[in-house]
Amino acid sequence: MEAFTTHTGRAVPLRRSNVDTDQIIPAHWLKKVTRDGFEDGLFEAWRKDENFVLNRPERKGATVLVAGPDFGTGSSREHAVWALQNYGFKAVVSSRFADIFRGNSLKNGLLTVVLDQKVVDALWELTEADPTAEITVDLEARQVRAEATDGSQLTADFELDENSRWRLLNGLDDISLTLQNEADIATYEAARPTFKPRTINA
Amino acid sequence: MGRTLAEKVWDDHVVRRAEGEPDLLFIDLHLLHEVTSPQAFDGLRQAGRRVRRLDLTIATEDHNTPTLDIDKPIADPVSRAQLETLRKNCAEFGVRLHPLGDVEQGVVHVVGPQLGLTQPGTTVVCGDSHTSTHGAFGALAFGIGTSQVEHVLATQTLPLARPKTMAITIDGELPDGVTAKDLILAIIARIGTGGGQGYILEYRGSAIEKLSMEARMTICNMSIEAGARAGMIAPDETTFDYLKGRDHAPQGEDWDAAVAYWKTLRTDDDAVFDAEVVIDAAELAPFVTWGTNPGQGAPLSANVPDPASYEDASERNAAEKALEYMGLTAGQPLREINVDTVFVGSCTNGRIEDLRNAAAILDGRKVADGVRMLVVPGSVRVALQAVEEGLDKVFTAAGAEWRHAGCSMCLGMNPDQLAPGERSASTSNRNFEGRQGKGGRTHLVSPQVAAATAVLGHLASPADLSDARTPAGV
Repeated sequence: MEAFTTHTGRAVPLRRSNVDTDQIIPAHWLKKVTRDGFEDGLFEAWRKDENFVLNRPERKGATVLVAGPDFGTGSSREHAVWALQNYGFKAVVSSRFADIFRGNSLKNGLLTVVLDQKVVDALWELTEADPTAEITVDLEARQVRAEATDGSQLTADFELDENSRWRLLNGLDDISLTLQNEADIATYEAARPTFKPRTINA
Repeated sequence: MGRTLAEKVWDDHVVRRAEGEPDLLFIDLHLLHEVTSPQAFDGLRQAGRRVRRLDLTIATEDHNTPTLDIDKPIADPVSRAQLETLRKNCAEFGVRLHPLGDVEQGVVHVVGPQLGLTQPGTTVVCGDSHTSTHGAFGALAFGIGTSQVEHVLATQTLPLARPKTMAITIDGELPDGVTAKDLILAIIARIGTGGGQGYILEYRGSAIEKLSMEARMTICNMSIEAGARAGMIAPDETTFDYLKGRDHAPQGEDWDAAVAYWKTLRTDDDAVFDAEVVIDAAELAPFVTWGTNPGQGAPLSANVPDPASYEDASERNAAEKALEYMGLTAGQPLREINVDTVFVGSCTNGRIEDLRNAAAILDGRKVADGVRMLVVPGSVRVALQAVEEGLDKVFTAAGAEWRHAGCSMCLGMNPDQLAPGERSASTSNRNFEGRQGKGGRTHLVSPQVAAATAVLGHLASPADLSDARTPAGV
């Protein structure tokens, strides 16, 4: 996984709640067996509308998605995270993320930042008033900062547990970390009751 | 202080606990399917890793599989390639696989329980959010992403932060005609699609205790639609009776030891939940969704809500967008909504009791002119049982299509899809925009409401059927 320390980029305001993973990447894209090439499937149905915010020329090259509450609900498809990353997003801001989506994003180095809806509202207003405004997502300081050309500023702290932050800052691979405790796994396995199910009968 | 069911199962699976780290949990059962596993196997291959516990891993094919002409090559080359990738990966790594055409093939969440692999007090994961289904047995079961699939394949564990617990207590008697599906849709409408976020739900109370295992699975299945990590129901005699004698259920002394352990898996009287919701079963009615998320539902007797009635700006906005997408107007009676397609199936409602319930209503009746009805059994075993009982004949005599097992129109990865603008009554779990096909409009319903809707051509419950009929007596 690529490490995430801090990122600065322009934003896309997505004024929708309950953006489920079927909207982020529709099911027919899930037939692919790779982790890349999903960028054209991102929000595929909505992108057919030329006025959809992602299609606006001023949003081209933006890297921070600012979304409504309950982002990433529904299916566990990690393809939703890959699609956002393949398209170029480095961070997503929302007041509430679905659990599985959040877990998937942090395992891939896509930083999902939880901020109060009032702050999300302020970020929407700021980037809508000035699409060139840049938002900085600083994982080291656990802070989001934004500044518009008219001088208006916004700073907000966010929370992320220390363990997730440490893994993101260092781009650590979970499996390697777990395998450092291989002896603990073997000890647990040795003590499992014999009545536990097995897919292959002995 | 006492512990909840979820806490007991969690504690029994902690491989390693350290300050400032997530718990490392052992996984008892890992279910695989073709969609979320290819990139995980690639990861293993690149790192030179093997599958740590082949005896705790099983795969089947469900999302892409066609429900017609299954003896012919799959027409869609991309779907075919994905199934072939699963077959190659399972052969290379030694994973037990039940492919299309095998008697144990079917929707992964129907297959696990029917083989007796899903057991109380186990941890069950799958790269599929509806893994919550298995919580009906008192298992801690949850959906994971592909990175976690790779992690479980390599280590048989997952590092996880302990979720909070929420009790959802439903006491009393469910009124006639009210099913497990109506109950879970009502719960989601009450707590919202984010209401369970960060929690493991435990469904309890006298109304839950009276439910069959299959009805319990329907409820736990949709826990994810309330945003919950998992949903659980304490195991009891109903659970033990369901499991006894199944292929992978414990036998002999192991059975006795297992039951003794399973009986300890109840929330202690002095345990404290982080949140509690209480619902009176007697107040429930057949429930349907009108919007584009599973929380946008209402009793069938209600009208389409007016977005202006929502105080919360985000909910109001969501309701406006939903009505526009669904082609509905505020105030329209839900019973007057006409449908084009009825789908009975999925990991939510594709088991034998679901098919029996739908067939009992269709027996001696006809699907309305202009309505297409698809009945897709959840597994080959369910299909065989249905045929033995003559249910397939009831469906075809009524004018419904009897298909082969798979996920089918629940998510339309195979050819079973809605056309743009088409409207369905569906026993599946998600009414998201385009879920059942681009531009398709989905109303989530129970199998009974699905069957009555098929007969009348508009959203309806069995109580709305006043016609005379001559059932063949299945």
